[in-house]
Parts: sequence; C-alpha cells; structure tokens
Amino acid sequence: MVYDVLIIGGGTAGLTAGVYCARAKQKTLLLEEKRKVGGQAATTSELENWPGITHIAGPDLMQNFRDHAEKFGVEIKKGKVSSLKVSEDGFTKIVTTKEGEEYQAKAVIIGTGAEPRILGIKGEKEFKGAGVSYCATCDASFYEELHVVVVGSGNTAVEESIFLTKFVDKLTMIVIHDEGTMDADKVAQEKALENEKINFVWNSTVDEICGDDLVNGVKVKNIKTGEITKIDCDGVFMFVGTVPKTDFVKGLVDLTPAGYVKTTEMMETNVPGVYAAGDVRDKFLRQVVTAAGDGATAAVAAEKYIEEEENWQEKVLSRKGETIVVFWSPIKKESVALTTELENALKDNADVNLVKIDGYKNNLISRRYNITALPTVIKINDGKEVERASNPSSLDDVKFV
Amino acid sequence: MVVLNKDNFEAEVLKSDQLVMVDFWTETCDKCMEIMPDVVALSEQYADKMKFCKLDIKGNRRLAMAQKVMGLPSMVFYKNGESIAKVSGEDLEKSDIEDKIKELI
Repeated sequence: MVYDVLIIGGGTAGLTAGVYCARAKQKTLLLEEKRKVGGQAATTSELENWPGITHIAGPDLMQNFRDHAEKFGVEIKKGKVSSLKVSEDGFTKIVTTKEGEEYQAKAVIIGTGAEPRILGIKGEKEFKGAGVSYCATCDASFYEELHVVVVGSGNTAVEESIFLTKFVDKLTMIVIHDEGTMDADKVAQEKALENEKINFVWNSTVDEICGDDLVNGVKVKNIKTGEITKIDCDGVFMFVGTVPKTDFVKGLVDLTPAGYVKTTEMMETNVPGVYAAGDVRDKFLRQVVTAAGDGATAAVAAEKYIEEEENWQEKVLSRKGETIVVFWSPIKKESVALTTELENALKDNADVNLVKIDGYKNNLISRRYNITALPTVIKINDGKEVERASNPSSLDDVKFV
Repeated sequence: MVVLNKDNFEAEVLKSDQLVMVDFWTETCDKCMEIMPDVVALSEQYADKMKFCKLDIKGNRRLAMAQKVMGLPSMVFYKNGESIAKVSGEDLEKSDIEDKIKELI
C-alpha cells in the first residue's frame, strides 16, 4: 500500500501536519520513534506561550494534539526511521525503519525535531544518570532539598530552572553572557531573577563536572578572566540548546553545516515531494507555535504536490503520442484568448491531446519546465518535450500546432 | 518482577546469588513509564537466566542515591552484591537494555 503522506516524527510539527493532511483526506501515516508522541513539548513541564491557553503542562497539550490528529484519521505507529529513498520515477518515497519495516508514500514530511545538545565536557558522559541530567521532569525529585547547577540561559534553561526550584533548596545558573543578559524571553527572565532560590554566575561556562560515584561539583570558568572556580553541587542540568535529528537523510536532503534541513517558505526541501517542518528545519524561531505553523504549511504543500504530480503523470507523461500543454492563467485576457484558440484548433483532431495547466496553481510543474511567461505552449511527444512557444501573442506564433 | 523497597533491597538484590537487574523508576518519569512494558517483556524472556526487580524511587530516594542512581530511568545490574553495570537516560531503548543483558548472562 502507498500512503499519500508519511510524516516522520510525532512532535508539534508532525502532529499538526497530520491534522491538516487528514482533513484534506490524504491517507496519512505518522511514524514516531518513541512510544509516546509529543516531542520536546511533551517533556516541557509548563507552557505559557501557546496562544489561547495561558498555562498548560506540556504533556497535556501534546496529548490534545495526538487526540486531534487521530480524530481526523491519522494512523500513528511506533518506528524509528533509518532511511529515506526516492524511487526511480521520483514520485514514490520509500521509508525504512530500524525495526526493518518498509513504507511507501507519495510525499514525506520530516518532523524529527531536535534533541538536547551534549557539550562533551569532562565528566558529562561519566555522570549521566548519576547527577548529570537533560530532563527536569524526569529527575527533579532526586534533588529535593539539594543544590543543583543549570547550564544555559535559553527559554528551556530558565523555565526548567523555575520548575526545579519547587524541589531544590538552591539553584545556580551558569550563564555565558554578561550580567543580566539571558537568551530566554523577558517574562521568563524576570521570573528567574525574582526567584529567591536562583543564583547566577555570569560570563561563565562549565569546564568540568566532578564527583566520585555521584556528582559533587562543577568547575566553572569565567570566559573573561579565565579564572576557574569550583562550585559544590549535587547535580547538573544541561540545557545548552539542541541538535537536529537528520542523520538518516544525509546525502539525500540538503542540510546546513549544523545539520538543519534547508527549506523554502513552503517547507520544500531540495527533493520534490519531501518537506521538513518544525525544529529540524533551518529557521529563525523554534517554538511550539512556529512548529505548528510549519506543519500546516508542509501538509498543504504536500497535498498540492501530490495533486499536481498525479495530474501531470496521468494527463501528460503516461500518454503515448503528441500532447500539447498550455500553461495559462485564467485571470489574464491574452492567456484565455490563446487557450480558446487552441481548444478550437484542436477540437476535431483526435490524435492530439490538449492539456491546460494553470501556471500559478501548478507551481511545481511550472518550475520544473522552466515556465517564465504565461501563456506558454509546449509540445510533448511520448512524455518528452520537443518544442515550445513562450508568450505567443496568438496561435500564429505557435508554429507546431 | 520483584517489587523492591528499603526493607527487601539487601535480601533480594545484594544477597542474591543470581545476576539481578533493578529498574529504578517513578511515575512522574515519562520515559520510565514508556519503557516499562519493554522491561516487563525482557523480564519474561530472560526469566530463567537472571532476576528482575524494580524500585520506585518515590519514598526510596536515599536508597537509590546510595546505589549511585540519580537519573531516571536507570537499569542497574548486580552480581555478588556489587553493581557491575548501568544503562540509563532519557534516550534509553529496549535494545540497549537487551544488549547489556546478553553481555552479562
């Protein structure tokens, strides 16, 4: 069976794309590597910037996303995608999972998101699960009445710090910027600055995580003076940004040097019919709300791609003999006049197949055939272009008809 | 799986003459809940080779920390009263646990 759209990743972008695909009656499969969908938002303790809802727990919001997608018929399966290939005809996409399953789809939306960055400092790997953590909701309860260090100053770092103060006695944030500067939004910053349990160490990075069996401190380096200070603590939470999960598409899809997927405004990658949405994409702002926007755009773009591509395959490429294609615009007078002339000229000729393509709506095919002016008339024989007339003023300029 | 607490930890784990795996978990840890069915499946599959236990860290936090566990989920393997291996973290997969089991049995 071939799905219309296959979505890789069940975070905000993927689930939103699912809602839009399913509502457009596309047969949609969503593959999520974890048993529980929801992506990074589902590991966020509290969300206060999803418009219309002033306050909600991340897991609750994402359960709503899942219910919404399933209500409209998105099929959700567990599977970690290990490869994405395009068939020779360019239309069928083949997705293989680590578990060995293979799926086929006409369009693919990559919404694999990003995962917490590992800094690779001394002690980080050694003390993972023994005082080094990347997930506040998972590990907060270990640190009741203790002192923890948080590395980072973005929204995640600040919001998770505020959450952690419900458990810990003392929390020290290590911030790389000058005093008073954080990457998080102003509301989050103010909350952190007002919180009596939170202390700040500015202009600093963590150089090493120390301990014997469990973490007992960090060595903090002041980036301005180079001075290294040891801070005693019982745990370290690392929130120093994220890295995209794109290893499985390397070599097929164009990526930035940092590994994010390059897309157009319509979420198109360099591979026709393959889209990317959400945090995995090279973009300005990575938030639940922008991921949802990406998902909707990718879904509608994918639906249009399938429609255009199938129409072109059926009416043009699969036809034997001569096909005349007119790329036209129904709102331009000259375009309409020429199209009518063509229809009249060819109406008694059963050997020639006339196809009208709206050049604006069929953006993909227009671009593929390098249509720079409307109308343009192209003659196609057995699926191959043989002649064209660009912007003819009348049928007389189209010599091959 | 044997449910552990402060009172039976020593007898069931440290004094056991078998290889023992302890799943450190708690209800607020999503990843722990997600992977639990896989752990149960493994405990059935390898039931004749070793012993499987679980410890809810709620109310047993100090016991977990004494076992050098400060992150969930954590699967710690014990033999002859000593901890000999640990796999843990949010990105833990069933295959990571199974590989470790195969290595140790």
